[in-house]
Amino acid sequence: MSYDVPIIEGEAEVTFGGGAGAFPLWEVFVRASRGLNHVHVGSVHAADADAAMQSARDVYTRRNEGVSVWVVPSSQIHASDPHQKDAWFDGDHPYRHPTFYDIPDEVGHM
Amino acid sequence: MSANPNLFTYLLRLADDNMVLSQRLGELVSWMPELEEDIAIANLSLDHLGQATSLYSYAGTMEAAGRDEDALALTRSEREFMNAVLVEQPNGNFADTIARQFLVDAYQVPLYQALSSSTDQTLGGIAQKAEKEARYHLEYSSTWLVRLGDGTDLSHDRAQSALDRMWPFAADLFAADQVEANVVAAGIGVDPRTLRDSFDSTVARVVELATLRMPTDTYERTGGRTGIHTEHLGHLLAEMQSLHRAHLGATW
Repeated sequence: MSYDVPIIEGEAEVTFGGGAGAFPLWEVFVRASRGLNHVHVGSVHAADADAAMQSARDVYTRRNEGVSVWVVPSSQIHASDPHQKDAWFDGDHPYRHPTFYDIPDEVGHM
Repeated sequence: MSANPNLFTYLLRLADDNMVLSQRLGELVSWMPELEEDIAIANLSLDHLGQATSLYSYAGTMEAAGRDEDALALTRSEREFMNAVLVEQPNGNFADTIARQFLVDAYQVPLYQALSSSTDQTLGGIAQKAEKEARYHLEYSSTWLVRLGDGTDLSHDRAQSALDRMWPFAADLFAADQVEANVVAAGIGVDPRTLRDSFDSTVARVVELATLRMPTDTYERTGGRTGIHTEHLGHLLAEMQSLHRAHLGATW
């Protein structure tokens, strides 16, 4: 469904969602409680950092999910290339896990 | 518990502010330009609804006539509502909504702060919870007012018009009569006139940050505390109460 948004003289064209003119995207990290890490929970659109913080608080901590919020401009995130997934992440290296090694009995409980 | 008519009326005035504002904000849900702001406005609305519910519930106890929060919110008529006329003003454009919210928040923060030390423990408890919510509301509405005022030429003009439009209704937040005098004498309530300095300094600070100018209109529209409302409240109540009045006691 689409509908026309009235444009007032002097006003830039209004767009919604991810189109040109939309607010920039921010990634949101929430710390559930003291001592835990901030964990990525999603993203918000917001005009600036203060608005992003408030939106993150309103959208992602409505039900006591956290005690601290970080926001980062999504444009500042450097992400791994999905096409490189095999080369980066699919290596079979069982010897990198401690369970690969047998521990001599005389070592005892570790 | 025996009836306390003064406290009943005082609590209704506090509750009606929150109920009517909650309904106004609720009207905007699904209409905000961004999903994020939609949720923010719903949070505001629900905070005010929660405050209204607690205050109505306690008011019902003080009336001692068997009316619960639903009966008080949904079966009283326009003339029986005692909210300040500011909160019933229509949402208008986003700047109007923000200006109205900001003026309410600048009043409610010191109000709840003062009520937190009420000698009435129930009211003090309600105020302590509400004060935390009001502080966030003030932060939200202040930052938006600054963003609009110190934004583009268009948003600046809209913010100034909104502030000017809402300003004459803000005086009603500070209207007081014998009801307030009696609850203040009992150590229970707050004389709203004592909150005016705090309100004025908050408004002056944010208006300056927002590069706006203080409204120059000295007209003050009061009367809400005794049920004399603007034309808008009747329409709001008709919508808000229609379901309850058609299906008395409906729940879902």
